Amino acid sequence: MTKAVNESLPTSAVTEKIKLSLTKRHRSEMMFKSTGLAAVVLGFILVFVLLFDITSKALPAFHQHWVQLEVDFSEDNLRYSEGISLEDLRYRSTLRKAIANQFPDVKSRRDKRKLYGLYSTNAEFAIKDFLIANPNTLDTIQNIWVRVDDDVDIYLKETTSLGEPLVRVDVKEAQWIKSLVETGRIDKRFNIEFFTSSDSREPELAGVRGALTGTMLTMLVTLALSFPLGVAAALYLEEFAPKNKWTDMIEVNINNLAAVPSIIFGLLGLAVIINIFGLPRSAPLVGGIVLTLMTLPTIIIASRASIKAVPPSIREAATGLGASKIQTTFSHVLPMAMPGILTGTIIGMAQALGETAPLLMIGMVAFIVDVPASITDASTVMPVQIFLWADSPERGFLAKTSAAILVLLGFLFLMNASAAYLRRRFESK
Amino acid sequence: MTTANLVFIVMLIALASYWLGIQRSIKVAGGKQQVKHLVSLPSQYGLLTAFWCGIPAILFLLLWSAIESSVIDAFLIDQVILSADGQVQQNMGLVVNNVKLLAEKITLSEDLSAATELQLQNAQFYILLNEKATLLKTLLTLVIAVGCVSSILAKIKHSFHARNNLERIVSGLLFTCSGIALLTTIGIVMSVLFESIAFFSQVPVTEFLFGTQWSPQIAMRADQVGGSGAFGAIPLFVGTILISTIAMCLAIPVGLMIAIYLSQYATKRIRSIAKPMLEVLAGVPTVVYGFFAALTVAPIIRDFGLLIDLPIAAESALAAGLVMGVMIIPFVSSLSEDAMTAVPVALKEGSLGMGATQSETVKKVILPAAIPGIVGAILLAVSRAIGETMIVVMAAGLAANLTFNPIESVTTVTVQIVSLLKGDQEFDSAKTLAAFALGMMLFITTLALNIAALKIVRKYREQYD
Amino acid sequence: MVDIISAKSLGSNDIKIEGAVGEPFCDDAKMSMRNVDVFYGDNQAIHDISFDLEKNQVTALIGPSGCGKSTFLRCLNRMNDLIPICNVKGSLQLDGEEIYGKQMDPVLLRARVGMVFQKPNPFPKSIYENVAYGPKIHGLATDKAELDEIVETSLIKAGLFNEVKDRLDSPGTGLSGGQQQRLCIARTIAVSPEVILMDEPASALDPIATAVIEELIHELKEKYTIAIVTHSMQQAARVSQKTAYFHLGQLVEMGDTKQIFTNPSHELTENYISGRFG
Ligand SMILES: Nc1ncnc2c1ncn2[C@@H]1O[C@H](COP(=O)(O)OP(=O)(O)OP(=O)(O)O)[C@@H](O)[C@H]1O
Ligand SMILES: [Mg+2]
Repeated sequence: MTKAVNESLPTSAVTEKIKLSLTKRHRSEMMFKSTGLAAVVLGFILVFVLLFDITSKALPAFHQHWVQLEVDFSEDNLRYSEGISLEDLRYRSTLRKAIANQFPDVKSRRDKRKLYGLYSTNAEFAIKDFLIANPNTLDTIQNIWVRVDDDVDIYLKETTSLGEPLVRVDVKEAQWIKSLVETGRIDKRFNIEFFTSSDSREPELAGVRGALTGTMLTMLVTLALSFPLGVAAALYLEEFAPKNKWTDMIEVNINNLAAVPSIIFGLLGLAVIINIFGLPRSAPLVGGIVLTLMTLPTIIIASRASIKAVPPSIREAATGLGASKIQTTFSHVLPMAMPGILTGTIIGMAQALGETAPLLMIGMVAFIVDVPASITDASTVMPVQIFLWADSPERGFLAKTSAAILVLLGFLFLMNASAAYLRRRFESK
Repeated sequence: MTTANLVFIVMLIALASYWLGIQRSIKVAGGKQQVKHLVSLPSQYGLLTAFWCGIPAILFLLLWSAIESSVIDAFLIDQVILSADGQVQQNMGLVVNNVKLLAEKITLSEDLSAATELQLQNAQFYILLNEKATLLKTLLTLVIAVGCVSSILAKIKHSFHARNNLERIVSGLLFTCSGIALLTTIGIVMSVLFESIAFFSQVPVTEFLFGTQWSPQIAMRADQVGGSGAFGAIPLFVGTILISTIAMCLAIPVGLMIAIYLSQYATKRIRSIAKPMLEVLAGVPTVVYGFFAALTVAPIIRDFGLLIDLPIAAESALAAGLVMGVMIIPFVSSLSEDAMTAVPVALKEGSLGMGATQSETVKKVILPAAIPGIVGAILLAVSRAIGETMIVVMAAGLAANLTFNPIESVTTVTVQIVSLLKGDQEFDSAKTLAAFALGMMLFITTLALNIAALKIVRKYREQYD
Repeated sequence: MVDIISAKSLGSNDIKIEGAVGEPFCDDAKMSMRNVDVFYGDNQAIHDISFDLEKNQVTALIGPSGCGKSTFLRCLNRMNDLIPICNVKGSLQLDGEEIYGKQMDPVLLRARVGMVFQKPNPFPKSIYENVAYGPKIHGLATDKAELDEIVETSLIKAGLFNEVKDRLDSPGTGLSGGQQQRLCIARTIAVSPEVILMDEPASALDPIATAVIEELIHELKEKYTIAIVTHSMQQAARVSQKTAYFHLGQLVEMGDTKQIFTNPSHELTENYISGRFG
C-alpha cells in the first residue's frame, strides 16, 4: 500500500489522491485570506469609528448660542454718579433687571434664580466691557448679545421639540427658552472664541488659545534643542566615532531609550530638571527639555540613516580637494542628508506634540487661564488640555474636548503630510 | 538677571566676538589683501573666538543653576537656626518652605499680616541672598565670557592654527552631544534609583513587591513605617498584566493577520491605502485613545453588560485593554510585516512550487521562519502596553483591586505613578517616593523586554543577511 | 567555472532566426507548448516558442544569459503567477490539458510539475519535515508509517538517505550545499510529480556535488520527465537526451543532444557551443 503511492501506482493515482482534499484546502485558503482581509477591514472600521465618533462629538463645539438682552444703562440702574469709575458700577443688578424684563411673569425668587442661570456667568462682564468700550451709551438702552449657559446651549443643539424638558433643563426652563427662540432673541453663531479664549471653568467660555500657545512654546523649545543635538549626535556617530565599545554602548543605549515609556521621562524631568536644577514647574521650558530627551532617539536614528545614505563618493571628492573632515561633513554631507533629517525631525516633533504623560509629571496640568507669554510661564499644552477637559464632569466640555482633539489631529496631520511630502521629493531625486 | 536673559547676553557677546576675531585676524595679517598668508581663514578665527566665549560661559551658567538652590538653602537653614537661637527645629523643611513662600509674597507685595516678625526677617534675608546670588552669577558669567574672549584674541598670531583648534572644539562638541543619550539613561537610572532607595528605607522591599494591599492615600495603622498607607504593589502588577493581556489578545491576532494580508495577498493598491490607515492608528495621540476609551468604549461595554444582565464596572479593564489593543495593532503589524518580508523569497517559492497553497505556505514556512522577528515585535509591543499611560489613566480605575476579572475595575503601575505625582506634592513623603519605586519597576521591566527583543531581532537579521 | 555568454558576443544582430530548426516536436510528448509569448509588463521575454517535452527524457534548455530560459521554465508550472506583471500567451499543455486553462488548478499543477531551484532552498525545518512537507499538505499519507515510508524512499531515490539516515531530525539547513540540493530534489519527488523542472540545479555546487546530482538526474528520468536549464555545455551533453537552444527569447534550435553538440544546424547554436569550447 505504502509502496503504491510512491512506486508502482501510475502517477495519475497520486493526482487522484491529491484531488480528494483539494476542495477542502481551497476552502481553508479562502477562509485564511478572508480573515486577513477582515483584519484589514477591521483596521479601517476602527479608524473610521474613532474619527467619526470624535468628529460628531466635536461639531457642536464650533457653534455657540447667544441671547439678546435689552440692557438699560440708566445711571439709576448702575448707581452711577460723577466721579465713580465705570469699573465699579452695579452691573450684576443691571443684568438681572434686563433679564427680568424679558420675563415679566416670573415672580418667585426661586424661579428668578433659575432664570438667571440660563445666561452665562460671563454676561455680567460682557455688559461691563460693552459700557467701558462705549462710555457714551451711558443712560441709554442697548441691545447686547451674551452667551447662553452651557446647559442651555446643549439643550438648543440637542432638543428635537422645543419647549419639552431634556437633560438638565426642566419644563419651566424649556418654556422660557422656547419663548426666547420664538421672539428671535436666540442666535446661533460660529464659535470663534473657541480659538481666541483660554481655559475656563465654564464650558461655554473655554477655549484652546492658552493651550495652543503653550504647545507652540513647548514645541519651539523642543525643536530648538532636539534638532541641533540630534543632528550633532548623529554626525558624530556616523562620521567621526571610532568603532569601539563606547560607540557600541551609545548605539545600544539610543535604541533602548527609544522604547522607554514616556512617563519615565516625566519622572526624570521631575527629579532632575525641577528638583535639582530648580527650573520652574509647569513651564514650557521644562516640558520642552523633557520632550527633547524623549524625541532625541527618534531624530538621531533617522538622521543617522539619512547620513549613511549619502554616497561615500561625495566625501572622497571633497576630501580629495583638500577639505578637512569637518568641512566635508558640514558643507557636503550634511546638506545632502538634510531632507532625511528633516523628515525624521518632523516625525519626532509629531510624537512630542501628542505626548501627555511626561508633562503631567512636571506639573503642566494646572488650571491656567492666562495665555503664557514666555517659556518660563506656567502653561499647559493641547494634549493635557484634552485630558483635563475629558476629566471635567460638565457635559459642555465633551464637545470642547472633541473639538480640541480635532485641532490637535489637524496639526498632526499637517506635520505628517509634510514629512511624507519631503520624503517623496527626496526619494524621487 | 534671569538665566535666560544671561544666556541671551552671552550669545550677543559671542556674536560680537565672532566679528572681533575676524577683525583681529585681518589686523594680524596686515590688511584684507594679506589674509591669504594666515594659516587659517579669518572666519575660522572668528568662529573660534565665538566658541571660546560662549562655551565656558554657558557651561558655568549650567553648573551654577545646578547648585544655586541647594547652596542658598544651606545658607537659609543656617540663618533660620541662628535666628532661633541655635535651636534645630524638628520640621526644618516646613519652616524653610514657609520662609520661601513669605519671600514670594513680599516680592509680589501681597498681604503679609499673618507673618511673624521673625519670619519676615528670615524672608528678607532669603530675598537678599537671592539677589546676591543673582548679582554674583551675572558678574561671573560676564567676566568669564569677556576674559576668554580677550585671552583668545591675544593668542591670534600669524602661525596660530585656528582651523585645527576649531575642528578639535567642533568634534568635541559633537562627541558631547552624542553622549546626551547616555546621560539621559544615567539620569533616569539615578533619579529612579535614589528615590527608590529612599522609599525602601521607609517601606520594606518585600512589602512593596509581595504585598497585596495598595492604599497610599490612607493611613492604615498608626505605628506603620512611613506612616501613610499600604504599599503592596501586587494589585498594580496584576492590573497592568491584565490590561496588557487584553490588549495583546486583540493586537496580536489582528496585527498579525493584517501583516500577513498586506505582505502576502494585498495588491499594490490595497497596500497603498492600508498603510496610511495604519499610520493614522499609530499616529493618534494616546490621550485621544484615552478619551475614546473612557467616553465611548467604556459606556458601550457597560450598556452591553446591562443588556445581558452582567454588571460591568464603569472603568472596566476590558475597555482600557481593548482600546490599548487598537493602539498597538499598527505596532505589531508593521514590525511583523518587516519580519515576514525578510524571509527569503526562495523559501516561499519552494513551498508554492510544491503545490502548497498560499495559506499553507504562510502557516508552515513563512511564519515559522519569521517567528523570531515576530516574537521580537510582540515583546516590543508588550513593553509598549505596559508603559502606556494615558489610556489607562483615563479609562482604568484608581482602586487597587486584586483581580483577573476583565469586567472589573483595576489600576495599573502607570496610573498610580500619575495619581501619586500629579498636582503638588511634597518630596520625601513615602507617597511621592512610591511613584519612583513604581517607575523603577516599570523601567526595569520595559528595558528587559526591549533588550531581549532587540537581541532576538538582530540575531534573526544576521541569519538571513 | 561556468562562463555566462551574453547574446551580444554571439553577433546576434546579424543572424536571423526564422522559426526553430531541428526537431522541436515528438510523438510521445508529456508537455507541449505552442506559440508561447511571455511579457513582463510591456517587455516581451519569450517570443513565439513551440516545442515538446518528451516523456521520460531529459530535455536541456541552454542559451546565453537573459535569453528567457528561467522565464520559460517557470511558465510550465505557473510559478510566474507570483509575478504580477508577468503575462503568458499561447498554449501550454500537460497531457493534453491546458495549463493556463480555467479547469487547471495551479495547486494541483504544481504538485504534478515539480520544481528544483538554482540555489538550494530547504525549509528551516528538520530533514524529515522537509521531505514530508509535500506529502503532508497534499494528504498523500494516511498514517505516520506511510509517511516515514515516503520520506525514506524519496531520500533513497535522491541518493541522500545513507548520508542522513541517522540525523533525520536535524535541520535541513545544516547540510552541505550538494546535500541540500539533493534534499530539495527528494522533497520534490516525495509528491511523485510527473515532470520535474530544474533551473540550474548545480550552479551553486562544486564539481563533486555536481557529478552526484547529474548521476541522480540520469536515474530519475526512468520515472519522470525532466527539463533542466544549464549553463554548462558538458552538463547538458552528459545528462540530456534532447537539447533546446534559446536566444533572445526565441527558440533557435532543438533536437537530439548528440546531434546538437556534434552537428548544430543553426549558426547561432554553433557560435554558442563553439564559443564555449573555443
Ligand atoms: N521578474 C521580472 N520582471 C521583469 N523582467 C524580468 C523578470 N524576470 C526576468 N525578467 C527579464 O526577462 C528576461 C529573461 O530573463 P530570464 O531570467 O528568464 O533569463 P535566463 O535565461 O534565465 O537568464 P540566466 O541564464 O541569467 O538565468 C530578461 O531580460 C530579464 O530581464
Ligand atoms: Mg535563469
